[in-house]
Amino acid sequence: MAQSMAKEFTKGLWAEIPLFRLVLGLCPALAVTKTVENGIGMGLATTFVLICSNLLVSLLRNIIPPKVRIACYIVIIATFVTVVELVMQAFTYQLFLQLGIFIPLIVVNCLVLGRAEAFAGKNPAHLAVADGVGMGVGFTLGLGALGAVRECLGAGTLLGSPVFGPDFQPFTFMVEAPGAFMGLGLMLCLMNLVGKK
Amino acid sequence: MADYFVLAISCIFVNNIVLAQFLGNCPFLGTSKKMETAVGMGMAVVFVLVMAGIITWITDTYLLKPLDIEFLRTLSFILVIASLVQFVEMFLKKSIPALYAGLGIFLPLITTNCAVMGVCLININEEYTFLQSLVAAFSYAVGFGLALVLFAGLRERIDIARVPKPLQDTSIGLVTAGMIALSFFAFKGMV
Repeated sequence: MAQSMAKEFTKGLWAEIPLFRLVLGLCPALAVTKTVENGIGMGLATTFVLICSNLLVSLLRNIIPPKVRIACYIVIIATFVTVVELVMQAFTYQLFLQLGIFIPLIVVNCLVLGRAEAFAGKNPAHLAVADGVGMGVGFTLGLGALGAVRECLGAGTLLGSPVFGPDFQPFTFMVEAPGAFMGLGLMLCLMNLVGKK
Repeated sequence: MADYFVLAISCIFVNNIVLAQFLGNCPFLGTSKKMETAVGMGMAVVFVLVMAGIITWITDTYLLKPLDIEFLRTLSFILVIASLVQFVEMFLKKSIPALYAGLGIFLPLITTNCAVMGVCLININEEYTFLQSLVAAFSYAVGFGLALVLFAGLRERIDIARVPKPLQDTSIGLVTAGMIALSFFAFKGMV
């Protein structure tokens, strides 16, 4: 049991890392990765929703009628997103403001619904949780990496502290919209180069 | 009148939903390989987004706000959108089969298109009036269709080009999208 759980967990970290291999959850990935901090905050919020929704979907998988399963999944996901929204509003208000409408939009993140449909709806609870944790951590890593590249080049800082010398001219292009698309495109290219499909 | 025109221009070009606000990227990359599917998806989004904009505005103003239950916004909006899409699908199938055949497969996909939900939330956050939300929803949808069709045209062209292997498919797609976003930057000073 521990072995199969470990397998489901690790596949989310490399073989099926959401952002780079499955190419799911692009919208928040492009929008909130201006800085590492925002990227990781968004990743953690999504991870929480993923784990909880995977668990509940898996527990209810024999009760939910197949015909209305998508609607049921959406209600389950929306409930947990509302929880995250309220918690973040209470404890991390600054981050909540920075991420804006992308917190409620976790509801329509295809990664969360995709995992519910493709994995949690067919597998027992412990595997579904392992899958949720793995995918969530993988997603957070992806957002953090993209955020790090964009913050480094675009603002010359990492987690708010400067990395290059005082003479560094920030490459503002990277924190704007086009830089997001190109940064992610080039990172995908890099992933294709180093890893096998 | 002029205000609405400015709003429309800013929603279509300056704050383009895909290229500046990063909403609806999954269908943007997913349905842009052929011009035909791009046009179909664009039309389906215009259709659903305008209706979703109207209905969520009404829900928020006359149901959530008077009852003081705005924290249920996320939950109620997604339910409204999901049932709206279902309803539109059934209605079109029965009464306008030609349009249904055209939009067919794209309609169910729209439920998880974050552009729809995103625009509804933006309309509420900006505290638009009913008419303003209507104009904004329509213009955002047109902006989505415009970006999608432009992108599909470029992608059909890239298919003929010889792209290095690791860059193929999604990777070059994203770089191309970056280029289009860069060109849309030129609209920044307009409004």
